[in-house]
Amino acid sequence: MSRGATGRLPVIMTIIVSIMLMVVPLPGWAEPFRPDWVALTLIYWAMMMPRTWSVGSAWIVGIIVDVAQGTILGQHALALCFIVFVTVRFHLLMRVFPMQQLTATVFALLALYQFLLFWINGVAGIEVALTNYWGPVITGTVLWPVVMAFLSGIRMRVQHGR
Amino acid sequence: MTSVDTVSRVPALGIRLVALLFLSIILMVLDHRQNHLQVVRQTIGAAVYPLQVIVDAPFRLWEWIREGTTERNQLQLELSRLQAERLLTNARLQRMTALEAENARLRALLEARAQVRDEVRVAEIMAVDANPYRHNIVIDIGEREGAYDGQAIVDATGVIGQIIETGLTTSQAMLISDPSHSLPVEVNRTGVRTIANGTGEIDRLDLPFLTNNADIRPGDLLVTSGLGGAFPAGYPVAVVETVNRIPQEPFADVTARPEASLDQVREVMLIWSARAQDPEEAPDE
Repeated sequence: MSRGATGRLPVIMTIIVSIMLMVVPLPGWAEPFRPDWVALTLIYWAMMMPRTWSVGSAWIVGIIVDVAQGTILGQHALALCFIVFVTVRFHLLMRVFPMQQLTATVFALLALYQFLLFWINGVAGIEVALTNYWGPVITGTVLWPVVMAFLSGIRMRVQHGR
Repeated sequence: MTSVDTVSRVPALGIRLVALLFLSIILMVLDHRQNHLQVVRQTIGAAVYPLQVIVDAPFRLWEWIREGTTERNQLQLELSRLQAERLLTNARLQRMTALEAENARLRALLEARAQVRDEVRVAEIMAVDANPYRHNIVIDIGEREGAYDGQAIVDATGVIGQIIETGLTTSQAMLISDPSHSLPVEVNRTGVRTIANGTGEIDRLDLPFLTNNADIRPGDLLVTSGLGGAFPAGYPVAVVETVNRIPQEPFADVTARPEASLDQVREVMLIWSARAQDPEEAPDE
């Protein structure tokens, strides 16, 4: 019980930081290429701790992202929920993937994620430039190894540090 | 290391996913079609507010440091520039008072309703990027200060946008350059009325409903017409940039450049227009 409680706080902190990174102002040209930090963070934790960080937490985080960004309430929640489901489903497989293969999987997950957002925007009648969809997929994939290394460091400290 | 993380709950996972997806869809329908979730948004928004403040803080700090370390002679330069500017504005204001009095007299003669002055308040744009799919800004005035949906936002040079969502202490506003934003305007020179649509480009508006023989030319100033009800009349919006008359098409292809520098301002003004708050008041056109 106490292990779960202490283990959770650092993860929550990383998620909060990722939400903040989603609203940090960027220069206009870089705006469409903002990596989806929240998605990357949640994919990592869902892969490594699928019991604690699963679809439920992804949904709550998604709702917070929706409010922070002013998108339709439920849009990011649905998309995050879905990719986290896929991650949890295949987490054992993903853990043994070599880095290239894992990065390719993350690319597919991010593409799926953006497709869901695109689809919801389409149904709601919100028109968006296509760059806004593939931009985050590319930068997110490129940054995945970095994000993973960083979060692994945190996980190691949480699980073995004490 | 991960003996706890086994797949024992996978069947339940699918059910949870379906339930949450369903819940998301219900939320989206309620939010998008009926706007019923203002309270939910505001509650979660209150939790998100500290995050926005933290994100905004370094930018504010940087601004503060820059102001604090400005050189003395630079400050003096700035001061003299501002004094000169104030002199000019004051001179213009003197004429304005006379004109306003004259306008009121003429309106009285015509038995038209007197124009009410709009109440304004300065708001600061928070250094927070909002909705990636829209041209949005977040400002630091919310429902607590009396901001309301559809409220007009201007800066010193022209119209910027309108509030689309109010939180308790912050609001989201849509810029006039957003592709889904339309603004009723009129040409200041001739009084021709039309609609200015956002294009998604920060420095271009589209005027799709001007006929080929409409009296409009590059350099014309567009001001708000006040017809939509949201914006008070008479605020500058944009300057016509190109007029392209295509003989076989019914409408001319007209673009305009917004007067306000939409991506550079830091301080904006919120307008409480007398008419928007008082719906039964007849438009004085």
